[in-house]
Amino acid sequence: MNSGIRTYHEVDELPSDLPDQMAAQDERVSARLASVARVVAVMSGKGGVGKSLVSALLATAMARRGRRVGLIDADLNGPSVPRLLGIEPGALVEGPDGLDPPSSPAGVRVMSMGLLLEPERALAWREPADAGFVWRGAQERGALREFLADVAWGELDVLLVDLPPGTQRLAELHALVPRLAGILTITIPSAASRDSVTRSLDMAVTRGVRLLGVIENMSGVVCDACGTRVALHAGDAGEALAESFDVPLLARLPFDPELGAAADGGRLEPWVAGAGPAAEALGRVAERL
Amino acid sequence: MKFLCLECDRQMAFDERAVPGDGTMAAVFKCPECGRKTAMLANPMETQLVSSLGVKVGGRTVPDANFEGIRSGVATGSDEAFEPPAASPGAVRWSVEAVERLGLVPSFVRGMVKKIYTDYAKERGIEEMTPAVMDRARTDLGLEGM
Repeated sequence: MNSGIRTYHEVDELPSDLPDQMAAQDERVSARLASVARVVAVMSGKGGVGKSLVSALLATAMARRGRRVGLIDADLNGPSVPRLLGIEPGALVEGPDGLDPPSSPAGVRVMSMGLLLEPERALAWREPADAGFVWRGAQERGALREFLADVAWGELDVLLVDLPPGTQRLAELHALVPRLAGILTITIPSAASRDSVTRSLDMAVTRGVRLLGVIENMSGVVCDACGTRVALHAGDAGEALAESFDVPLLARLPFDPELGAAADGGRLEPWVAGAGPAAEALGRVAERL
Repeated sequence: MKFLCLECDRQMAFDERAVPGDGTMAAVFKCPECGRKTAMLANPMETQLVSSLGVKVGGRTVPDANFEGIRSGVATGSDEAFEPPAASPGAVRWSVEAVERLGLVPSFVRGMVKKIYTDYAKERGIEEMTPAVMDRARTDLGLEGM
């Protein structure tokens, strides 16, 4: 039926401003990241494999080697990076060029939802009750965009982005940062982890994101007395993933009870500087990055 | 979304934004030919959808503030998360009544809101912020809920 009314695309005297506003948001991200040499995502499809800890360790190891490093804690609902890096929540200062990010003792510049929330409160958005599922994805993407665009990151050699479990946040990050240098994948040795991480890597490959390598965490425990490595999990997910996706297995980090205490106390730097097998393996990854 | 005046076959232009109450956001459009006005009424859910994208219907009237979406969207933000903006030389004076009214704004977003009002006054050569100036700013800038 022809009503005689022009179509949406035929009516173009006054183009909508909303796409322009969204394009301006993306341009703001690009402008901010112009002073960042590389943006690297740290991800895993599996929860509880130590993504945040490995991210914090790598950032610290690189900072100790003189690199200028930033770390975005993109796990908005379970932020842990500030504690791992010994950063106490405090008032963010509005500098002339954006919000000044707090730094860890090693000099890692950090932004995290953990710095913004009330203590012990979950992230909750202002939204009509029980209807937030409709737009929560947009709000979380917006928060990630603001972490990228509104923080005065300054000149950085590497900006690590610690992603939450799952694949959605990688898609959001890649849409915001098309020149993403690549992703580091964290797994534990188990078959369950291999399955989850395989799906995530498949999504990354489909999007055309470069895979930088795999780090296998909790890869056994090394006996202090004899140096023998004892398995904690059955499986060889690190090797299997590296082979399947033709990427290097960058490190197998053995479990280290001392690291747990260092992480809880926000004292990663002495551990990173130590001579344990996990610290040495991590140092080699930091050199390669 | 566009509005077409069927009488004139002209696209209606955005005219003003209003917040009539109960979470409704009204965007008024006007025909450039005959002057006929029509209001698009968005319910709170629709308003939230636009807000979550970080865009403004009718175009932005103030530049993005840093973390604007986080500050206005997060309900469990810490009152101490952001340092209050320091007064600068030649700063706009805030009347007692204006300060009281600003105090009603959640502290997580207060600094950002204060900066928006202050910039508004500075740009117009207004030396003192009063509730009346705040009302004008809300109308001119489309600051729903601020």
